[in-house]
This record gives sequence, structure tokens and C-alpha cells, in this order.
Amino acid sequence: MMQKDIKRLSLFLLFAPFALWIALLIVLPHLGMFYISVREKVGPRMYEFGLGNYINFFTEPIYWNTLIRTGSMSLLVTALALLLGFPIAYYIAKIAGNRTRGALFLMCLIPLWVSDLIRAFGWILLLRETGIISSSLQWAGLINTPIEFLYNDAAVIMGLVYTVILFMIVPLVSTLDGMDNAMIEAGYNLGGNGPTVLRRIIIPYAMPGIVSGCIVVFMLTAGSYLTPILLGGKNSSWFTEQIYDQFITRYNWESGAAFGFLLLTFTSLVVWGGLKLSGQTLNSTVAKS
Amino acid sequence: MAIKPNTAFLTSYRLYVGAFFVFLAAPLIAAGIFAFNDSVFPSLPWQGFTLDWFFNDSEPKLGMFHDRRLLRGLYYSFVIASFVSLLSVFVGTCNAFLFVRCKFPAKDFFYIMMVLPLVIPGVILGISILLLASNVANGVEEAFSFDLDFLRPGIVLVVLGQFSFITTITSLVIIARLRKFDASMEEAAYNLGASRFRVLRTITLPFLFPAMAAAGIVAFLVSFENFNTTLFLVGSEAPLTITMYDRMVKVGSTPVLNAVSFFLMVGSALLAVISILVQRDKPQT
Amino acid sequence: MHSTTGNDLATTENDLECIQVKKHFGSVRAVDDVSFEIPKGSFFSILGPSGCGKTTLMRMIAGFEQPTSGDIRIKGNSVIGTPPNRRNVKMVFQHLALFPMMNVYENIAYGLRCAGASKDVIRTKVQDVLERISLPDVANREITQLSGGQKQRIAIARCMVLDPDVLLLDEPLGALDLKLREAMKIELKLLQHQFDTTFVYITHDQSEALVMSDNVAIMNEGKFVQIGTPQDLYHNPSAAFVAGFVGDTNRWAGRVTRVENGTVEVETEAGLAMRGSIRGSGVPSVGDQVSAFVRPEFITAEKPNGDARKSATNQNVIEGRIDSILFNGANSRVLVRDRAGELIEADVVLTGGTQDLKPKDDVTLTWSAEQTMSFKV
Repeated sequence: MMQKDIKRLSLFLLFAPFALWIALLIVLPHLGMFYISVREKVGPRMYEFGLGNYINFFTEPIYWNTLIRTGSMSLLVTALALLLGFPIAYYIAKIAGNRTRGALFLMCLIPLWVSDLIRAFGWILLLRETGIISSSLQWAGLINTPIEFLYNDAAVIMGLVYTVILFMIVPLVSTLDGMDNAMIEAGYNLGGNGPTVLRRIIIPYAMPGIVSGCIVVFMLTAGSYLTPILLGGKNSSWFTEQIYDQFITRYNWESGAAFGFLLLTFTSLVVWGGLKLSGQTLNSTVAKS
Repeated sequence: MAIKPNTAFLTSYRLYVGAFFVFLAAPLIAAGIFAFNDSVFPSLPWQGFTLDWFFNDSEPKLGMFHDRRLLRGLYYSFVIASFVSLLSVFVGTCNAFLFVRCKFPAKDFFYIMMVLPLVIPGVILGISILLLASNVANGVEEAFSFDLDFLRPGIVLVVLGQFSFITTITSLVIIARLRKFDASMEEAAYNLGASRFRVLRTITLPFLFPAMAAAGIVAFLVSFENFNTTLFLVGSEAPLTITMYDRMVKVGSTPVLNAVSFFLMVGSALLAVISILVQRDKPQT
Repeated sequence: MHSTTGNDLATTENDLECIQVKKHFGSVRAVDDVSFEIPKGSFFSILGPSGCGKTTLMRMIAGFEQPTSGDIRIKGNSVIGTPPNRRNVKMVFQHLALFPMMNVYENIAYGLRCAGASKDVIRTKVQDVLERISLPDVANREITQLSGGQKQRIAIARCMVLDPDVLLLDEPLGALDLKLREAMKIELKLLQHQFDTTFVYITHDQSEALVMSDNVAIMNEGKFVQIGTPQDLYHNPSAAFVAGFVGDTNRWAGRVTRVENGTVEVETEAGLAMRGSIRGSGVPSVGDQVSAFVRPEFITAEKPNGDARKSATNQNVIEGRIDSILFNGANSRVLVRDRAGELIEADVVLTGGTQDLKPKDDVTLTWSAEQTMSFKV
């Protein structure tokens, strides 16, 4: 019947852009990246298959350590973003009055639209030796010589938390906003106090939003490039810098591909572990936000 | 409103929230304010208010609107963002109809595939596409001696790289809107004699339009400020973020970069506000 | 069941005919062999509980579903192969489905535009139909600025401007509050006369169906149980389902103790005994189970007046005590518990005087055997 043919044709036409996009820009490139990562250069234009690139990664302590360092600092940043961001999200969703809420939420969105670059730039202006904070402290007489606040781990962590915390707050606000106040009131009514209500009612309810926020934040942090480099300088050793190094500086694309694949695997494992631990699925968290 | 906790707690809570927003604004203000400082360095002391960093046309204080390279960067960013925006809204709309209206096997699996680009680090997206494009270009060159220029690092690759994950964003926005559509309106239109195409044109798409516009604006903004993916795909025609980065790291910065930052901040804020207004529904009686 | 004419040949006397229409979803029979005819210019309702298949039937008439078998004819021509945007059957949807991105004029003009009418023709027709629904000045208003009743009328006008052969209405009054609903019932009836078009109205609310229709079909589990005028269905239900569904009624399950040319004596399990008339198909014999129905308006409740009333062969007389009173002015009702413990509802008029019945009063209930409709189970 005509109706069925039309339906099939429209399904095909609608599926085509989706298929082309995912296949050509996501699936194929990643397969290709893996394929390249298992090639070794044995001579000019001569390639052989092998895990040489990966072995190289594991035997060279600097690469291995950088990945671990990146991963652990990312986890720290994620935890900080959650701890610092949850109260803000809760305030916006539950405590602020209606008009303040709109204004606050808008204030949260605006820095998101501004590039990583500008935000890192701003921090540099604040924290460097000749920057605002150092100059102000000198002017107030609290210190005598300019202090370099940049180029250490604390600066990198703070910069990263700054960059990602809004990606934690925005999904949390949506989740908490959907929470019926009556649930919280019932919790108190049945005898609970602040911490109990928080632990047993609010947090479990907000769990999909929390997990979603943590996944996005972790991914953004581990994959971050500008902030660690600009704020950390030579001491930054962030893994994305290693990847850039391999690709652009050394032109060793096979090695770079292997590193890229390792980063992807590492972050995916952490995300998968986090999902399993909290009992959620990708669909119920990231897709909803 | 939930239960009111005691006032001391509330006050310190409010202080915390206030401090947070100060923390949020500090670097942005720092970046923007030096655009108006009449000094060759973006640092204190303050030497007077000036608009030179925007409009002056001679060294040593070359204003933003006369700096050729920066303006070119702005132009390329604009071109790239426009293409990415149009493409991703188009594919996003197709995806919305696909997932909300059609029935096909393994739908959940494909939906996860659609969301996946958002959880892949931008750096990985960049290098994977670079590898594929280069290999294909090399292969074709070796086999047919034909140089597929658009597969080399350049604007096309940057557009494709950004498009790869921005489409997920636009799809999610448009899907959310399409889900709220009352299908009986389409049936009513058929019943009144409209053809399939007419129903789409006069009923469905007008309903979707606010979401499509908002998605387009979001896509434009995300594309404009993207760095990680662009870094690996950029050729000789560099967008603004790359140009600024080069300037900052290699050459050393004058406050012209602050002027650019200020300009971008104001522009993004305006676009973001427009995108929110566009999405607001008409009030019901 | 077939309607009284039972004529299968296509006649142009009928605006709409369904002939043995079936719709199966797998093993579920949503519509199970339905046949009926609707003569020109009448108001026909399909009444049934949720899930009885009436919406599926309506969607098949409009063309949004295809029947598994059977034929549907509009003005004598089969429309099975015609897609929904080509049939001359227009539909008012349950939530009206007015287009919010267009104003009133655009909404009504939509179908005319699709048909390719010229600007002048459209203007004339839209203005004309707006006058017929008594809303001549709203052409430029937005949909969100209309009241519930106005939206109803616009939805109907949007269909009527296209001169359809049949207008389908899918439970359109559900979203309105009570007073508005009552007013709209009268309006719909008047509109139907105004436009002189066949209206097919589906609903689960029997008061809507009875008040407005020339004919009503009672539908249950995919089948038409009875088709007839509202009076027919009310006073001569052909099946227990119809008796229980249409109008208020007392209902008992009982066992036959005696059968005598058209009347039965029934006793409920609790021990309440009454005489009734045999209705529906099948004559019960002694010992069979039956359902007995009496409408509260046929039961008189009076204070016992000492006369030892002998129960005549056509009267039921029961003693009981008032359990509670449901006050509703002239439509008040008493709930009476008889000696056997059964609860019986009877209509009374409460004037507010001292003669009124009160709870815990003893009463005598009287009603005729003729009004006790008994159906073999």
C-alpha cells in the first residue's frame, strides 16, 4: 500500500543524515584511530602491526605518570565541583525567590557561553606575578614582593573547577527543580532533621542529576587542554598536552593515536565504573539533561 | 518553599552563594576591564580610561577593529559557526523526527550513539577526524594522484569536527520540543484536507521553530568558542580562538586581547539572552 | 445488531453507512462486526464505556485507521481506499486541536486554503460561518484569547465551512465544566439543525447522548448492543447491559421462582422478592439467574398508612426503613433498606415541609411489575 511505502521512504530519508553523521564522523574515525595506533613505523612508508606504541607508553614513565596524574586530578576536580556546586544548585532551585532564581540561573549560564580561553586568560590576569591579586596585596601593604600564584597545581585545580562547575550546577538545578517540596516537608514532618533529609531524601532523588553532572565534568576535565597549560605552565603535565605533543610537535601520529585511544579508554572506564557504582545508565542521566 | 532553617545558617549560606558568584565573575571582569586601560600591558596600575584598544588604528596601541589578523580570525569564526549552526540544526531536526516519530529496531542503542559525542573529549574527536581525513586524502593521492584538498586541515575539517558533537546538542534541544507536540493537531490538519507536506510546513515546523532557532544560537555560540577540537583540525585560516591563543602564548599580549574578550563576552551574553527569549511560549488564558 | 431498515444496498438516503466493519489488533477485537446506517441530517450518537471501541470506529470513519474487513460508505460511495485528507468527513477532536500559531480566521480558513479557494471566496465563507455560530467579531483573535465554549464553536466552524457530508465529534465536551457542558449540549443540537448536516457524536456520558440525539447506538466490547431512539433505549432496553448503562437504575441479581405468561417472580439471594416483566432475548425458566432493573423514578416511597395493601398481581410492595437521604431539590432520592437488607433507591420530592421523609423513617415502596425489567443472564 502507498502508505507503507511512504513510511519506509521517510524512515530511510530521516535515518540517512543520522547514519552518515555517526558513521563517518564518530564510528569510522575512532576505528581508524585504533587501527593507526597499532601500526609501527619500521621504515620510510613501511608499516607493521604491533603494540609497539602502547608498549612505549607503558615503559616510558613520564607518559604513564601523566595519565595517572590527569586521572586523579580530574577525580579531585569532579569531587570539588560536586561539593562546591551542590549547595549553589540547591539554593537556586529551592531557596531563592522566583525572580532571583531566574537572574541567578542566567548568571550561571553566561560564563558558559564565554570561551575557555577567555576564562583562563582572566585567571592569568588575576593570579600572575604582575596580576591583580598580587598587585592589590602589595598595595594594601600585606606583602612586599610580588607573588606568583600561577604555575602550580593549586592554580590548575582552581582553574579547572571554575571551568567545569557550571556543568555540574545546571543539570543539578533542573533535577532539583523537578523535586516536589512536599517530599522534603514530609521528611521533616516524619521526624527527620536537616542532615537526615539531605542524606535520605534529597540526594537519592537528585542522583541522576549528580551522576550526569559528574560524568560530564570528569570528561571535560580530563579532556581539558587550555586551562592546565595556561595556568600550570611547564609544571602542568596534563595528558592532552602529551597528545598534542605527539601529533603536532613530533608528528608521530601512531603514538598520538595510541595515546588518544588510551585517554578514551581510561575515561570511559572511569565513567562506566561510576555508572555501575551508582546504579544508573547513560540513558537515564546524560540523555535527560 | 521548603522548611526555613535557622537564620545564622541561612546567612552564612547566602554569603557562600554571594562569594561563589563573585568567584564566577572575577576572571571575566578582569579580562574585560583591562580593555579600557590606557596602558600597553593588561595589568595594574590603572592609567586612565580609553577606547583605543577597540578603535585605534596605529601601533603601539593597535585597536581590535584594525588588527588584521584578529579581524580575519573573527571572520573565519563567524563563517565556521554559521555553517556548523545550519548543518547541526538540519541534522538535529531530522534526528528529532527520527527518534520521536519513527519506529525501528534497536532504537535505544542508536539513541545512545547519538548522545555519545558529548562524552568523548573534544581532543579525541579532533584527532580521530584528522587521522581519518588525512589517511583518506593520502590514499586517494597515492592511488589517483588527485589531491582532495578539503580533507586537509582547514575550514571544512574544522566545521566537520565541531559539527560532530554540536549536532548532539541541537538534537536534544529539538527532541525535547517535538515530544511536547500534540499529534492530534496534525490529524486535524489532514482531516481538513492538507497534504502531508502542507501539514509539515504549516503546522509541525512552525511549532518546532522556536526550538530550532534556540538550538541554532546555542550551536553558533559553542562553535564560536570551541578550542580543543579545532586545534587539531585548523589549517591556515584560523578562527578567533586559535588566533588569540597564538597571540597570548607566542607573541605576548597587549590589551587588544582584552578588547576582544570584552566584545565576545557581550556578544555571547546577547545571543544567550535571545535564545532564552525565543524559547518562551506564549502565555495561555 | 442491525437497525430497523436492515437494507444492505447503498442508498443515498443515508449519509453514512458501516457494513460489517471489523478491526482487529492481533487477537484483540477492537471493533467486532459493526453495521449501521445514519439517515441524512440526523444526530447520531455512539455511546459506550471507555475501551468499547468507539474511538477506533470513529478513526476508521475519518480514515486514520483501516478496517480489517468491512465497508464504510459516505453518501453511498465506499471510502475505504480514500486517504483521510480526501474524505468529506470532518472531525472535531477531543481536545479540539485548534492551531495555536494561527488566529481564528486562519484556523477556519485552513481547509479552504488547502482546497485552493480564492481569497475572496475564503473571506466570504469564513465570515458566513462565523455568523452562523454567532461569533461574528472574533476573526482576528488569537486562539489563546478564547473561552472554552468559544473554542468549541470555532472547532466546529472550522469543519463546517468545508460543507462536509458528515461531522464526527469525539467527546468534545469532556474538558468543560458542568454548567458550560449543559449549555453546550443545547447549542450543539441547535447547530446541527442550523447546518442540517449529519453529526456523529461519540461519548461515554449517557446524558449527553440522550439529550442531543435522534438515534443512539450502545456499544460494548466492540459490538453494537442496541440501536434506537433515546426513548427506546431508556424504556425498552434489549439487553441487561443497556438497562444498566443508560439512566439511573436499581439493579439486583436473583433467581426465578415462578414464570407466568410474560412475567416472572424473582428472589434475590438476600431474600427480596418481586415481580417483573421479561425483557430481552431468551425466556427464563424456574431456577434460572436473572438481572432485574427498576428505575428510581418508578418507585413511590410513602409513609406507611396502615391500610394493609394487598399486593395486586402487577404491583410490588416492600416495607423498609430509610437509610439516608440524598437531597437535590426536586430530584431528591432516598436510600431504603428493606427487611432482607437490600438497598433500594427511590426518587422523592422534598419540599422542606413537615411531611418530608427523614432518615430512619419507615416507608412503603411501591412499583409496578411492568417497570421491573428482568433479563435472563
